Amino acid sequence: MKRYAWLVPALYIVFVLLPIYWLLNMSFKTTNEILGSFTLWPQEFTLDNYRKIFTDPTWYRGYLNSISYVALNTVLSVTVALPAAYAFSRYRFLGDKHLFFWLLTNRMAPPAVFALPFFQLYSAIGLFDTRLAVALAHCLFNIPLAVWILEGFMSSVPKELDETAFVDGYPFWRFFVRIFIPTIAAGIGVAAFFCFMFSWVELLLAKTLTAVDAKPIAATMTRTASTSGYELGLLAAAGALTIVPGAFVIYFVRNYIAKGFALGRV
Amino acid sequence: MNTKTVNQKAWWLVAPVVVLVAFNAVIPLMTVVNYSVQETFGENVFFFEGVKWFEQILRSSRFHESLGRSLLFTAIVLAIEVPLGVAIALTMPRKGPWVSVCLVLMAMPLLIPWNVVGAMWNILALPDIGLLGHTLNAMGIDYNFTRQPLAAWATLVAMDVWHWTSLVVLLAYAGLSAIPDAYYQAAKIDGASRWAVFRYIQLPKMKRVLTIAILLRFMDSFMIYTEAIVVTGGGPGNSTTVLSIDLVKIALGQFDLGPAAAMSLIYFLIILLLSWIFYTVMTKDEQS
Repeated sequence: MKRYAWLVPALYIVFVLLPIYWLLNMSFKTTNEILGSFTLWPQEFTLDNYRKIFTDPTWYRGYLNSISYVALNTVLSVTVALPAAYAFSRYRFLGDKHLFFWLLTNRMAPPAVFALPFFQLYSAIGLFDTRLAVALAHCLFNIPLAVWILEGFMSSVPKELDETAFVDGYPFWRFFVRIFIPTIAAGIGVAAFFCFMFSWVELLLAKTLTAVDAKPIAATMTRTASTSGYELGLLAAAGALTIVPGAFVIYFVRNYIAKGFALGRV
Repeated sequence: MNTKTVNQKAWWLVAPVVVLVAFNAVIPLMTVVNYSVQETFGENVFFFEGVKWFEQILRSSRFHESLGRSLLFTAIVLAIEVPLGVAIALTMPRKGPWVSVCLVLMAMPLLIPWNVVGAMWNILALPDIGLLGHTLNAMGIDYNFTRQPLAAWATLVAMDVWHWTSLVVLLAYAGLSAIPDAYYQAAKIDGASRWAVFRYIQLPKMKRVLTIAILLRFMDSFMIYTEAIVVTGGGPGNSTTVLSIDLVKIALGQFDLGPAAAMSLIYFLIILLLSWIFYTVMTKDEQS
């Protein structure tokens, strides 16, 4: 039985790749071929769908928007989560446990619940349809997650490190930036990965908070599907392109993920 | 735990997080609470209604049905994804170049925007030109997810399994790689069976990460919206209208703010309560 154990992950990977293959397959077909017949690979191979996306500003601006607010959100979430996670892992203070649980409850709030109030809130403060609005809104679920992950990593660093540094006369912030942050680099990688992931894939809030200028790529796709008929090839090409940034990020953090998870309490 | 020092100044370190999260959480939540007790006829005229909407929703059969669908969906996907994810993590290679290959390929679905996941499965499952739909029909199975409730359900479950099993795999794998080799050697000397190794070494070591995996999967599958709306739009009929789809229909489709807000709060409370129960049950041993 043991000899065939590799079949389980192998079959699963085939299952994972099948829909992705089908998406790519569709993206290289012409609309006629898609609607006309069932083919396992493109008979008339075309790059038209991709060409359209890279030349039409409503399409490529969507990519820039998505990437900007995701990057902004990741930096913001991890930056503010770092000191907070340090406080939770090192100190006891009034209401610390309640505060930690309250933070986590925000991870449980369904975005569908918040969609309308978010629209009103961000309209009221004049941030509606900006990248900053989406980046700030995604903090709702990404900051709690980043604090949760970083706290786990920080707690596995022995406290003697801090004490020695303070005895040596390091002021707090210098110790934190120069010594502590490099020590938990793997943890920061994992936290950033998760922030990137959840901000990149979320659509409901991103769509609610934007109209034209800051519209994410995924929302542009919804519009295509509904207004200009069913342009499956174009839709597939846009979808295939949204996989690219994620694939890059996974490739860069692949070693951190396995190691990082093992180190932290996550 | 006891080594932590009491330091009230630590609040300064937490303050930025509290401000940012509170801005996003408290203000919208209070807006929802505000709506949930009022009636509006447009033009910003509101009347206080007390708990009327709550009573109405808790009694309505429409709410019971969509709640039932949400619970059923969550139960099915948890029952498939958790055992499957653990099985894959157990059979994955421990070291060597294949580890990275497996991790990178498996993590792919996690980083695809949710509506793209929906669009992908829509394209895959189309009865005439989709790979899945075409193959099933060619094999003589009558399959059309836009008309048959059962087919729509099967498509949604398959999509969720495809989308999220990898998260369970990643977490379980991380838990497994934290087990020192000495444990396995000791088990070998004792002549422990494969099952015993799993039951008494691997499972206890994975407990913590599995708790996180189950909690995350529970919360997210109970809140599923984007993928489902792209694939089935809640149909055919109302057969796949889960809670969040129903909620958006009421809030944005019919613009019934009061009932929608009351339903949001009930929804949120259900998630909080169930998460809390899961969490307490699964961490009971650690507490005592």
